[in-house]
Amino acid sequence: MDFGNILALAFGEIISPTTAAYALAALGLAVHFGYSGLLNFGQAGFMAMGAYGYAISTLSFNAPLPVAVLVALLASVIFAVILGIPTLRLRADYLAIVTIAAAEIVRYIVTTNSLTNITGSANGLAGGFENGFFALNPIPEGTYNVGPLTMSEDSLFVRLVAWTIVALACVTVWLLMRSPWGRVLKGIREDENAVRSLGKNVYAYKMQALIIGGLMGTFAGMIFTIPRGAVQPANYATELTFFLYTVVLLGGMATVLGPVIGAMIFWVVLSLTQSLLFGAIEIGAITFLTNVQAGQLRYILVGVALMLLMIFRPQGVLGNKKELAFA
Amino acid sequence: MLLIAGLMAALFMSAPAAGASTHAAATDMNVQTPASVQAGEFQNRISGVLRNAEGPLADVRISVTGEGFEGETTSDDNGSWTIEVPEQGAYEVELDESTLPEGAALAEGQENPRTVTFAGTTNITTLFLFGEGIVLETTSFWNVFADRAVAGLSFGLLLALSAVGLSLIFGTTGLTNFAHGEMVTAGAVMTFAFAALGLPAFVAIILAVIGGAALGYVQDAGLWKPLRKRGSGLIPMMIVSIGLALALRYIIQFFFGGATQQLPGAQGRILDFGPVSISQNNLNSLITSLVVILLIAFLLLRTRIGKATRAVADNPALAAASGIDVDRVIRLVWVVGGALAALGGILWAYYRPGVSFNMGQQILLLIFAGVVLGGLGTVFGALVGSLIVGLFVEVSTIWLEADLKYVGALLIMIIVLLFRPEGILGRRERVG
Repeated sequence: MDFGNILALAFGEIISPTTAAYALAALGLAVHFGYSGLLNFGQAGFMAMGAYGYAISTLSFNAPLPVAVLVALLASVIFAVILGIPTLRLRADYLAIVTIAAAEIVRYIVTTNSLTNITGSANGLAGGFENGFFALNPIPEGTYNVGPLTMSEDSLFVRLVAWTIVALACVTVWLLMRSPWGRVLKGIREDENAVRSLGKNVYAYKMQALIIGGLMGTFAGMIFTIPRGAVQPANYATELTFFLYTVVLLGGMATVLGPVIGAMIFWVVLSLTQSLLFGAIEIGAITFLTNVQAGQLRYILVGVALMLLMIFRPQGVLGNKKELAFA
Repeated sequence: MLLIAGLMAALFMSAPAAGASTHAAATDMNVQTPASVQAGEFQNRISGVLRNAEGPLADVRISVTGEGFEGETTSDDNGSWTIEVPEQGAYEVELDESTLPEGAALAEGQENPRTVTFAGTTNITTLFLFGEGIVLETTSFWNVFADRAVAGLSFGLLLALSAVGLSLIFGTTGLTNFAHGEMVTAGAVMTFAFAALGLPAFVAIILAVIGGAALGYVQDAGLWKPLRKRGSGLIPMMIVSIGLALALRYIIQFFFGGATQQLPGAQGRILDFGPVSISQNNLNSLITSLVVILLIAFLLLRTRIGKATRAVADNPALAAASGIDVDRVIRLVWVVGGALAALGGILWAYYRPGVSFNMGQQILLLIFAGVVLGGLGTVFGALVGSLIVGLFVEVSTIWLEADLKYVGALLIMIIVLLFRPEGILGRRERVG
């Protein structure tokens, strides 16, 4: 076992674009769940909107990068409105079931064979939709050292852009939540009827929160998919949303930096457990596991962690117990 | 923690069985491979199965010519044959009619020799139809509709089994249990494990249902009851159930593996009743679920404990005040819910057909759709809702692509919530 290598891998996870995507999508969930009390279980659907909206407009319609991003964002707003109209009046548990169903409907539609020409069905999409993004790369060609890691100019560019977007989103959420608008939102979380009795249009506020958090999910979908160069429908299943909830609860759901730190912890722990288990199997310290089983063990840990967090520390690492969306 | 330890123990017991049966399945596969395969010579294959009304036709000579290649083979004991060819293109396939067993003859209008052409795939199948009676009939719309409706009824009833448990649990404890899908999976996986130990299918199924009941009991005693005692809110409990679902799903995959396995007797006969045909398994499933649901309905309506259950579902505090042991009722609901989910999972394994670690997750949303359609917390609503979902899923395949069939059911759920959020049999006050 090479511990230096293992730690380098773990550090790589902290700054990887996937972690950035998780942080951003989880921040969107924090806006939904932590600040507004909306139990949105369809964040995977918003991410799929980003990935597919961007990839389809690039591949099928040759749209330039800004247009493709706008199409993805527009698709996400439309999804949020369609989702919001029937569900935002519902009780929390109904909302959870409907949003999870909506996200699954999106996944079934992009997986169906009858749309293979557009969505690539189960194989997903690939074939250069990321080129437009990398063409913008101002960093000269070469290899760059970031801490213990060495990466190409494109990898560096993706990471810089991804984390810049995360930082901007954090600032936006921070500013929004200390504005009067944010205070109304928190009021809705605490007691919807009280806010309504003050003459606020609760429904409109909830819809706005759903759209803003969804847009963050959409950006996350694009950040998730561009460095991979491929869109896979299986990535946008309900598990993704559940992982995002683990991330939010880990960091603290009514905080700005909680989701970011949660995403980092989530991926570092996954990376460390994987490396350590694989290393232990390699040197023969663990003989009762195969590599495949070691991979599954990590997801068992995620599930158990989600349960334990929820039971023993629902406010997460950074949160304040008074700011929970539930009693 | 206790719960996890219990689960681990339960699954460790079944683990060697699952492992052993994988080997068994692999050997079976070898037996099925035609003896005449020219092992891995070329990538492209032309294959088929020869069978008539009496069964497979063995030792029939088939020859393939084309693209400068000639090859021949004979069908094996299962009637299957495979010829591997060097390149994709058009080939002439000829069946040597003189080698057919006595009494077997090609059906009228069967081209022999015939030309087959590869179209982008490395495998093509060509079927020779035998004997009289096999006519490619054009089925009327109503025939298709009746077939789909019967299948939908069977599917809806098996959904109802799981949905009744979910709805009872929601009614008595307020918990939206996302781990219910894993209880469904557990039933099928346990049946597979017990059958792999060599037990007859019937015994394996009964043991698995008992195992499902035990899983429900362990879940309640080890996790949900302590959480209720702590006074946890409903949303935290729901998120805990999501964590439990993830953990259980991957624990099952950890021991069972990612592959799909078949339960004994998964390939049943097709029965014809005039205009409607149904497979033997679907019919058994339909009857089993109908009987079980009628039994549950009887228990709920006519027995003391059933009445107590309905009282708790209606208003736990009031029920407790009138002397009903609420904890006992909830424990019973978990045990019955677990058993019903396990039975539903076994029937679902025969319906799909196949057992896999994520099979419960696949129908969890349909179960939810059934429960929500009928009205969360109402038992008979769950039954009606599931039947509607099952029928809709199957009948919609007449117009919809098969891979979109769940979309319709989920859409209906969303639309019903838009106009009647309390569900079909629910009461208005349940939605706040």
